[in-house]
Amino acid sequence: MKSLTQGPFWALSRAILWGFVRDRTAVFFAVVFPLMFLVLFGGLFSDQSVGEVDMIVVGDVTLIDDLPDDADESFDATFDVTRSDDLDDAIAQVRKGDADVAVEQQGETLVAHYTQTDPAKAGITAGALQALVDGTNLAATGQPPTYSLDVQSVEDDSLDTIQYFTPGLLGWAVAMSAAFGAAATLQGWRQTKLLRRLQLAPVSTRTVVGARVSVTVAVALVQMAIFLGIGSLFFGLTLTGAWWMAIPLLVVGTLCFMSLGLLAGAITKTQEGAVNAANFIVLPMAFLSGSFFPLDAAPQWLQVFSNVLPLKHLNEGMLDVMVRGEPWTAALLPMLFLAIFAVVVTLISAKLFRWETT
Amino acid sequence: MTAAIEVAGLTKDYGDLRAVDGVDLAVDEGDFVGILGPNGAGKTTLLEMIEGLREPTGGSAAVLGLPAWPRNPALLPRIGVQLQASSFFERLTAREQIHTFASLYGVAASHADEWLERVGLVEKADSRVEDLSGGQAQRLSIACALVHDPEVVFLDEPTSSLDPQARRNLWDLLSGINDSGRTVVLTTHYMDEAEALADRVAIMDHGRVLVHDTPAALIHRLDAPTRITLADGETITTREPAVEIARLSEANRLDGVRVQTGTLEDVFLDLTGREYRA
Ligand SMILES: Nc1ncnc2c1ncn2[C@@H]1O[C@H](COP(=O)(O)OP(=O)(O)OP(=O)(O)O)[C@@H](O)[C@H]1O
Ligand SMILES: [Mg+2]
Repeated sequence: MKSLTQGPFWALSRAILWGFVRDRTAVFFAVVFPLMFLVLFGGLFSDQSVGEVDMIVVGDVTLIDDLPDDADESFDATFDVTRSDDLDDAIAQVRKGDADVAVEQQGETLVAHYTQTDPAKAGITAGALQALVDGTNLAATGQPPTYSLDVQSVEDDSLDTIQYFTPGLLGWAVAMSAAFGAAATLQGWRQTKLLRRLQLAPVSTRTVVGARVSVTVAVALVQMAIFLGIGSLFFGLTLTGAWWMAIPLLVVGTLCFMSLGLLAGAITKTQEGAVNAANFIVLPMAFLSGSFFPLDAAPQWLQVFSNVLPLKHLNEGMLDVMVRGEPWTAALLPMLFLAIFAVVVTLISAKLFRWETT
Repeated sequence: MTAAIEVAGLTKDYGDLRAVDGVDLAVDEGDFVGILGPNGAGKTTLLEMIEGLREPTGGSAAVLGLPAWPRNPALLPRIGVQLQASSFFERLTAREQIHTFASLYGVAASHADEWLERVGLVEKADSRVEDLSGGQAQRLSIACALVHDPEVVFLDEPTSSLDPQARRNLWDLLSGINDSGRTVVLTTHYMDEAEALADRVAIMDHGRVLVHDTPAALIHRLDAPTRITLADGETITTREPAVEIARLSEANRLDGVRVQTGTLEDVFLDLTGREYRA
């Protein structure tokens, strides 16, 4: 018996891993580039965190003035309240972005003036105010529970920026490195005839493919660790119960995007061509799968179309188990979709595959 | 002696192009065969079919008594192959490279290091393969092909980008391998290389093996006239060099005389009807 770290599988895995780690461009696009987005979005998020929605209360707003203590506390955590008597001035401030919302009370109606410039902030504002009104209404009927303002529920419905973007950007990062890795390896090895050379070594195709897949999966898990680590350390990312299901989900997702990379490698003739083709597949998909912005506001047809995209399923599955608090079973359907997609695309790639570029 | 390589009627078509055309070739164990031929003659294609990389359109090839196609896993550890291009793992150092290949064949790392030494790459062991010169890369590629001490070695133009010094060193290395009883098949564009190394030479053109024999026999069969060049530049071409030299001796003109019999180059020229451009 050979020891664990010897033998063809480990030799190949090590060779492939070094090849990746020493490729600065590949590492940049797999890890640093997506992390830049995370930091960017995470940074934006910290400006608009709960308690930092600037509200101008114009005149007497009994709804807010008469909040009971517990609701008041929750309210203060969401809004930074200043008072004013000049409605026009308050609205002008909102327009300029100096304040996020101006509220006034017209009889029984709470009127909120805010812009849609920042959808996340607008969502929190609208949600919180709605909850406030609902709570007041409920209380007015004399039914229990008296007056409760649950800001938390608002957050859950429209996820905090970091909660939303960590899984999405991670999905994009993994999709990129898996697809690029597979495409570049296939083309590179074919160009240099290394693929041929390996055929003449006493190792099975299974071992070669297994080593390549293992390295990509390991890289994906490291990407995950880095994303989750930075997200929770610096940007207050909180994972929900079944987050660990993101691991198998990510593994299947990696296989799926490797198959797309294989396809890109099979239909192109040069290494640059293969990487460009992989990029051509992954980048638009990331946009249409909600990696960079939520699809809620996208047109209906686009939302429907996005359902054929594997990255959409990877992202949704990860959102469900990592931040939406769904049970682990929520990841099963996305995994099934990704697996079927991977098998189909791999079969197509195998059909199109040529040993040589000529 | 058993045949190390046995090829019969081997043919390969690429669409309309017949790259290899009904080649018969038998190589005894321990033989050193040089395959000579101009660009596009079909040398690489022939070699790749014998190695089991390419499916022949027709005919058969057997190595060490085992059919080459389909690729036979039992055969793979027994053959060593250097493909025409330098096939390396990207961004590995020379040492990592040969260690990886050693592991694929279950060979110890220390043995791989010996090979680095043998091809004179110890100083470059920590350089990445991308940073090696053409000749250094070629030497590494050869070391990777030989690291598992194969019984039959295939080398496709192993000396094409080596400097004269490295070429001589490699000749010594290959002779040594051959002396230890291994069969070596190499393609080359260099006549002197084939003449110096090969027990037998096969000359290919247009997909056919035109002749396959010892260099001496080929030259002898050519029956080329001997050229005698005198010190003053005068050249005498004769079929009876002994008589001519005796005559020159009598005339006391033997100082500085050069006598040239036919060369492999003449054989090649005669067979292919073209000048050999290395
Ligand atoms: N994969 C291929 N597809 C189509 N034609 C090919 C292929 N490989 C080689 N050929 C053609 O087959 C012929 C023989 O090629 P081969 O590479 O065997 O020649 P060679 O003798 O090795 O030449 P060189 O000295 O240049 O290496 C050439 O005309 C070449 O164009
Ligand atoms: Mg060739």
